[in-house]
Amino acid sequence: MTTQLTSDVHAPTAAGARRARSGISWWFVVAVLAVAATYIRAIYFTPLEAIQGPAQKIYYVHPTSAWVAFMAFGIVALASIGYLWLKDLKLDRVAESAAEVGVVFTSVTLVTGSLWGKPIWGTWWTWDARLTLTLFLWFIYVGYLVLRGAIEDREMRARYSAVLGILGALLIPFIHLSVYLFRTLHPMPIIGKPSRPSLPNEMLETFALAFVSFTILFIALFRARYHLAIARDELDAEDRG
Amino acid sequence: MAPDARPGTLAAALLIARKDLAIEFRTRTAFFSAVVFALLAIVIFFFAWDPTAVTGMDLAPGVLWVIFTFAGLLGLNRSFSLELADRAIDALLGAPVPREAIYLGKALANVVFVGAVEAISIPAVALFYNTPFGGRWLAIAGVALLATIGLVAVGTLFSAMAVNTRLAELLLPMLSLPFFVPIVMPAAQATARLLSGRPVLEAANWLKILLAFDLVFVAACMMAFPFTIEE
Amino acid sequence: MTGATERVHATSTGDAEVEASGLTRMFGGRRVVDGVDLSLRAGDCLALFGPNGAGKTTLLRMLAGLLKPSSGTARIGGVTLPGGEEVRAVVGLISHASMLYGALTARENVEFAARLHGVRDARTAAHVALERMRVLDRADAPVRSLSRGLQQRVSIARAMVHGPRVVLLDEPFTGLDATGAAALTAALTELRAHGATLILVTHNLGEGLALASHAAVMQAGRFVRVEPCDELDAAAYAATYRDLVTRGA
Repeated sequence: MTTQLTSDVHAPTAAGARRARSGISWWFVVAVLAVAATYIRAIYFTPLEAIQGPAQKIYYVHPTSAWVAFMAFGIVALASIGYLWLKDLKLDRVAESAAEVGVVFTSVTLVTGSLWGKPIWGTWWTWDARLTLTLFLWFIYVGYLVLRGAIEDREMRARYSAVLGILGALLIPFIHLSVYLFRTLHPMPIIGKPSRPSLPNEMLETFALAFVSFTILFIALFRARYHLAIARDELDAEDRG
Repeated sequence: MAPDARPGTLAAALLIARKDLAIEFRTRTAFFSAVVFALLAIVIFFFAWDPTAVTGMDLAPGVLWVIFTFAGLLGLNRSFSLELADRAIDALLGAPVPREAIYLGKALANVVFVGAVEAISIPAVALFYNTPFGGRWLAIAGVALLATIGLVAVGTLFSAMAVNTRLAELLLPMLSLPFFVPIVMPAAQATARLLSGRPVLEAANWLKILLAFDLVFVAACMMAFPFTIEE
Repeated sequence: MTGATERVHATSTGDAEVEASGLTRMFGGRRVVDGVDLSLRAGDCLALFGPNGAGKTTLLRMLAGLLKPSSGTARIGGVTLPGGEEVRAVVGLISHASMLYGALTARENVEFAARLHGVRDARTAAHVALERMRVLDRADAPVRSLSRGLQQRVSIARAMVHGPRVVLLDEPFTGLDATGAAALTAALTELRAHGATLILVTHNLGEGLALASHAAVMQAGRFVRVEPCDELDAAAYAATYRDLVTRGA
């Protein structure tokens, strides 16, 4: 007995699966070019910062990765709410793809933060408010992905992940608040930051380029992952059907 | 047959809480494991402690809250696993009670469980670390209660989810611990202030975070719970 | 009145205690229950046969209010699905798992179920239910110390303590000895006499046909054969059933 795949909201379209198998997507090309351009510009065409020297160059990567990491989680949270409301598996695929790409950018944020911190602050890790928040974001992502990996049932996986995604989003402000309160009551070593207001134009432009190129990179990776999710779901449906 | 008087949410929750506590009282295994763990942790921390570097007063809050968290996890684990044993959960879900009542009932039982472990650990720490609580018992109990509500609210929900997965014992701590931090940090800080005899008002900010967390997450978890059991 | 090949139709719609039309349930793209139509009157007993994986358990769980249907409609005891608490109040579900708490006694288990259903004087109701199932003498031992057959009897007492109008049984005779089977049969007959409707999933054709007023075979999510029992010849039915199952698999 056959099942109608195409009219079913659980099974993806044949077109989507085709796209997953097709060649290089334009988003990737643009993303790679943009990121490369950013690095070249950052290393060769942007002035050295007076106090921090070459180490400051990592700062073009660090907050931009952080921006993508948190934005990705915002997507996870919104898609989670959407899934619980509409029960459309497409939204769950969006959440899962955003989470997998997001965790990578979160890791990059933590590592670059650490790499930058060593020459500047002398330690590999500080409990800087933003870095701590990013660390917790990382834990939430990992929990989210492990949860997904531990559930076979497609629908239960989507449902449970959505619950975790929403609760995780609720947690972020509480972590922020707790860490902030902790730091104001426990004076920590004053940390020098790059002087933001007086950044010369070239630095600002490089920053802007970095933000844009990382966002494009996120979109490229997200799309690839999303099509992979479609193909995997389609295959699973065939296996079972 | 006489018309039935179906229990409302609170009445059903109390029935379920009583049932859970009756089961735990019968078997006592989870409770003993939690207490033994607590005492063991107290002893280990003691032997790892350099009294010249840190005073008992400074050590105690950290020790207490680490114990409560992990002992709590032991209790939370069993909360839903006892339902799966013979699919008793199906009978529970087949009863005409609101889903929120199931969550509330289990959470209540968990609060009693964790509360009992705390009731043993706090005097034990006071005793073994020579840290007199000097009349601050009530305030510290209050902090403990607020924090326990938060721990249990989140832990009960995650326990319901974890029990349906392959990696239940790994997932429960992994999911819960990030959520425990905004509870344990304020609780430990508040406990530390209270222990060192500072006025209660100094701990006020921390207590506000605890209260806010409780309100937000009890509501959120109660709303999310039906999604974890309905198909 | 004979049913069309795919419908169980006992009576005019007005009297139906259990009614379903096009009831369907999907699991990840697969139709596990595929358009079931059903109409049973109070006091009817439907014996539901079929190979494993036919969707019988899923159908029962939907009728019990534990699973939401993907499409189609159903009314149980006057409540339209998904009726939430209202449906669960009038239904009793019995399955292979005992659904009992091993650490509690039989009495405590059944009383708990009675209280959750809001039965007035839960203690007496539990006592009566346990007595009916002939397990009163072991009522105060922890359930896990009982044999599987005794546990099954306690489970049946639990399911019936609130006097459900519709009782759904998923292979209840498994593991029951002669006494247990006799007690169950007597309890079910008495329930029917009081107007309850039963749906009995079983692999045991003999037991099923002896109890039932209607018989149906479910395969791949659908009812493929349906008829009232008084028009049935047991031996012939058994033969056709065997063919149906081996052919269809």
